[in-house]
Amino acid sequence: MSDQVNLTIDGVELSVPNGTLVVDAAKMIENPIPVFCYHPKMAPVGMCRMCLVEIGLPVRDRNSGEPVLNDDGTPQVSFRGLQTACTVQVSEGMVVRTTTEVVTKAREDVIEFLLTSHPLDCPICDKGGECPLQNLTMEHGKGTSRMDYSLKMKLDKHVPLGELIYLDRERCIQCGRCVRFQEEIVDDPVIRFHNRGRSLEIVTMSDPGFDSYWSGNTTDICPVGALTTADFRFGARPWELTPVATLSPHCPSGANMTFSTRREAKSGGRSVIKRIMPRQNEPVNEIWISDRDRFVHHFADAPDRLKKPLMRKNGQLVEVEWGEALDAVAGKLQQSGTAVAGLSGDRVSNEDMFLFQKLFRQGLKSHNIDLANRRLAGGDVVAKVGISQGSNLLNLGQGDAIVVIASDLHEEVPVWWLRVKQAAQRGAELVILNLRPTRLDECSRNVIHYQPGQAIATLRQLVNDAKVAAADADNSPIKAAADVIMQANNVVAFYGAEGLTYAETDAVARLLANLLLIKNEEAYAGRPNNGLIPVWPHNNTQGAWDMGIHPALEPGYKPAAKPGMRANEVYAAAQTGALKALFLLAADPIGDGLMAGRGQLDFLVVQELFLTETAAQADVVLPAQSWAEREGTFTSGERRVQRYYPAIQPVGEARPDWQILAQIGERVGLEKPAFAASLVFRDLAKAVPQYKGMDYRALARVEKQWPDVGGDDLYYGGNAYENRVGLGMQWPAAAESGAVDHFEVADVDSELPGKVVVVRTAALFTPGTLINHTELLQARMAQPTLIIQAADAAKLQLAQGEKVMVEVAGRGVETAVRLSEDTPEGVALLRGVPYQAGLTELKVMG
Amino acid sequence: MHKLEVYRANGGYEALQKVLNEYQPGEVIDIVKASGLRGRGGAGFPTGLKWSFIPKAPGEKYIVVNSDESEMGTFKDRELLEKNPHQVIEGAMIAAYAIGAKQIYNYMRGEFMGIGQHFEEALKACYDAGILGDNIFGTDFSCRMYGYYGAGAYICGEETALLSSLQGDLGQPWSKPPFPAIEGLYKKPTVVNNTETLANVPPIITNGADWYKSIGTAQSPGPKIVCLSGHVNNPGNYEVEMGMTFHELVYGENYGGGIRGGKKFKALLPSGGSGPVVKEDALKAPITYEGLTPYGSTVGSASVVVMDETTDMVWAALKMVHFFKHESCGKCTPCREGTFWMERLLHRIYEGHGTEQDLEVLQSVATQIKGKTLCALGEFAVNPVLSTIRHFFDEYKAKVQGGQKKVAAKTAVPTPTD
Repeated sequence: MSDQVNLTIDGVELSVPNGTLVVDAAKMIENPIPVFCYHPKMAPVGMCRMCLVEIGLPVRDRNSGEPVLNDDGTPQVSFRGLQTACTVQVSEGMVVRTTTEVVTKAREDVIEFLLTSHPLDCPICDKGGECPLQNLTMEHGKGTSRMDYSLKMKLDKHVPLGELIYLDRERCIQCGRCVRFQEEIVDDPVIRFHNRGRSLEIVTMSDPGFDSYWSGNTTDICPVGALTTADFRFGARPWELTPVATLSPHCPSGANMTFSTRREAKSGGRSVIKRIMPRQNEPVNEIWISDRDRFVHHFADAPDRLKKPLMRKNGQLVEVEWGEALDAVAGKLQQSGTAVAGLSGDRVSNEDMFLFQKLFRQGLKSHNIDLANRRLAGGDVVAKVGISQGSNLLNLGQGDAIVVIASDLHEEVPVWWLRVKQAAQRGAELVILNLRPTRLDECSRNVIHYQPGQAIATLRQLVNDAKVAAADADNSPIKAAADVIMQANNVVAFYGAEGLTYAETDAVARLLANLLLIKNEEAYAGRPNNGLIPVWPHNNTQGAWDMGIHPALEPGYKPAAKPGMRANEVYAAAQTGALKALFLLAADPIGDGLMAGRGQLDFLVVQELFLTETAAQADVVLPAQSWAEREGTFTSGERRVQRYYPAIQPVGEARPDWQILAQIGERVGLEKPAFAASLVFRDLAKAVPQYKGMDYRALARVEKQWPDVGGDDLYYGGNAYENRVGLGMQWPAAAESGAVDHFEVADVDSELPGKVVVVRTAALFTPGTLINHTELLQARMAQPTLIIQAADAAKLQLAQGEKVMVEVAGRGVETAVRLSEDTPEGVALLRGVPYQAGLTELKVMG
Repeated sequence: MHKLEVYRANGGYEALQKVLNEYQPGEVIDIVKASGLRGRGGAGFPTGLKWSFIPKAPGEKYIVVNSDESEMGTFKDRELLEKNPHQVIEGAMIAAYAIGAKQIYNYMRGEFMGIGQHFEEALKACYDAGILGDNIFGTDFSCRMYGYYGAGAYICGEETALLSSLQGDLGQPWSKPPFPAIEGLYKKPTVVNNTETLANVPPIITNGADWYKSIGTAQSPGPKIVCLSGHVNNPGNYEVEMGMTFHELVYGENYGGGIRGGKKFKALLPSGGSGPVVKEDALKAPITYEGLTPYGSTVGSASVVVMDETTDMVWAALKMVHFFKHESCGKCTPCREGTFWMERLLHRIYEGHGTEQDLEVLQSVATQIKGKTLCALGEFAVNPVLSTIRHFFDEYKAKVQGGQKKVAAKTAVPTPTD
């Protein structure tokens, strides 16, 4: 059978792939068939009956199988009643009619039925103005009602399905998109239909209600105003909102999002972020975002944001003008000679990081530049064997393999978890390596739980097994997993840092690289849909590597002639007095337990959004703009460079990080600062060879994406889906253009510090500087929890629910003990606490 | 007869033994096809043909017995399960052998919890006697059968809704394709047959297809259990030869014995609430799948409800529409909203508050449900309205013009509550 099928829709001949649904074929030629229950990301169900059309098939002679022709030589077509365009697949010679009287009447009838139990409270409905039901009623409805209004149903209008999502029972048209999304897409079937007939209603089956990291997406796909977020509910009318494209400020997936902003009198005429919705980027996050991304924006206009520069005078931090603060910073840095260091957080933009390292390397002649909190190594490895340009996890399925080691993707990068899970559902084999069970295990036939401290040895074994023929090795699970990988057409490998030290993650990255470089016929590395993806802790850790926020690597991974101090050396030097001045960009090492205090430092400058613990001890505090107030670029873990845009006016006198850094640079003798982020990017694209060919215009390029969601027709609901301002650009890994040598892997000794080792595990809602400002999420925050098996707990005399103090990153944290037999022997998992690397000994204090 | 020893003393399970020892599965299907047996649940689909749709490739397959008998005025399957469960079991096992299934589920409506006891006891007796289990009658054939009770929903008589319910999901039909023969229970090929249909299978095997065809008419062979109720002297289940007239059924001495109290006949529901009502002229029609076509109706599951001259047809229509509204699963829009709207309108008309316009809207709503619903239930729901309006328009007319005394209505009318 041919891959393409020819059919006619309303007289227009078209050819579409075999298996296409009639409704999609019509959408392709921009002859949309109205739908409510159908959604192109989910299997069709044919419930709402809105897409009824006439479908005819060519008549074939029973004996010969030949098409029967009319007198005029055209093929005879037989129509049989109305059929749902969403459930019927195209077939050769099919004729679809969508404009006949019968179809027009059917649409009118279905709309009339839907409206009989719909409250028509559009004037107070959040969806009013961007509502598929409203639009399709205007387009296909009768315009009059024959239903006696007194017969309307009266149902509850404020039903909390949880604290995040509210249901308006009257508005619900029972299309089931939300139920199917939770079950089919994200595998959290926590809402269901209940009852029957006109009493059919959505209920939540979980405690807490609607317990899913994805709940907000149901409000986007809801074709009516039945599901709304607690955040946006009654917050604004859609036509008052200005869409502004942005990116996730947390997530290394680079999830594309859109702010909806509105100027408000109560905010003094300032623009206010009313909500965040996903923006379509099929290779990145499709049209889904996690609830963290959706609700996180509240920090941007939090009242405790820093609004003016602060300087320490007579022991007190007092507000000063920018000029005074900048002069002071430049002067003090220069006075300190080379005993200066700059440490950056990994959430600021490429432009900021580029200028930060430039200030130190060129302005102050110091290579003492690093990330403040390095967790995951291997950026240099990723530059060589990272996932190739043009890859899309959506392309992975039957015959492909995905490796995930030392990461709980569901908690760390939910978008990647979703896409890996869906690849597995399409038939891809997952190889999961970790010391404890994670949610992806259920999608995998190759789960390897290594002993604490055995991550490197296990992975080394896997790589060695992959190099030998199937028959030459034992039949261990590791060998089986290695065979699965080597038999795959495409291999993508994710690696994280759970339970690993920084040095260990470096070994992991190199071992995985070697795995991807094994040559069968051709190595995996360098081919599309193959390569390494680091599960970076932040949205722009990749950018930090690219920009040279590294004591030994200059922008573009150029080795530094004379490497500077690493962050831990900087922290130590601050205590001994070997370091005089320290500049912290978007980092809080004192709050994170990395630095004991300002120690012997002469001068501490902190550039921040909030007065953090570190900032409170600083000599100068420079107020920076948040990502919502300015533009810039982030680079995702798949090395996709993407732009984000200013949505609200600056808070107080805060300035963009890059601008502050440029102004300090000018004061220490660098050239006059570029006056726009785009110009800084132009400079950095010259300095970073990998970014060649990129500029703000190229990054803003868009092309037509399929499925065709969003757009002004609001075909599938969700008015923020359409990506009008940029899909971003991936930079090529070295393996794509030439041979890459195997990596040397140092022997890393994993020390087992005690009988019971602590492993800090990630939770999506872990308290942090930014997310703490979202009040709505507070009830969902992961509480500090120590998860341990009953046997180990008994030895340590710990009981279920008991509150104990344990040491985390050098500080005592009160945790609640939870007994779980999923936890391996000799391991205690710590959830909901600040990051700490590797394995540490469980120390119960007091 | 519900006891295994009695059933076996009367030739029970001989058909199964014959099948296991003498026929290939394909031959069994051929015999059933040749017999002309058609589904007794109402649709009248040829049973052998249905079995032949099951892919021949090895793999998990299922037979599901549809004992969700919920049509108004239908009470034949309950009697079969109560009085003659083994014949159903034997028929289901023959079907399982024919399609290569090893698992049979008997899906009974929730209200059968008590009646199902006999069936459950029969199952146990079969397991104890080695008739169910492994290597039945010393052959390679192994088969297990289970009883399952629904939660009491009319819609679960629809095969895909039944399968959804059996899987533990909400009892809602799915849009076909996929047909159960390809993707049924747990997405495996499945045959769903009515209880009575399967009870017809053992005699067909024992006596042959020709014998079966000698009963009834050419297009509708075999006997049929008719559930007779309403205003007749002798209501009950009657096994009749297909082709007998409705007149004989209502007035025949061995059957209904005439209208109760010597009153005049007014109308008849040939297939419970789901088939259009017919008038006296249809009494001469034969009880066959085709017999009522000229009268715009169908025999369905043959649940014949007789109404005498005292019946208020608007009241009858309201009762039936209330039923359909109550039983609508809510999955598709026209049925969910349309049945509700029809009931409200009918209620108003019946109460004497209706207008001419209400009557027009009622007719229009019923017409606009037709041809748009996901499953057949929605299509059935309009029959009571459209057929009573067609045949008894005067009664509606009188109601909307007001002032007319209510005809019967001694029974409480359901008041829409939700």
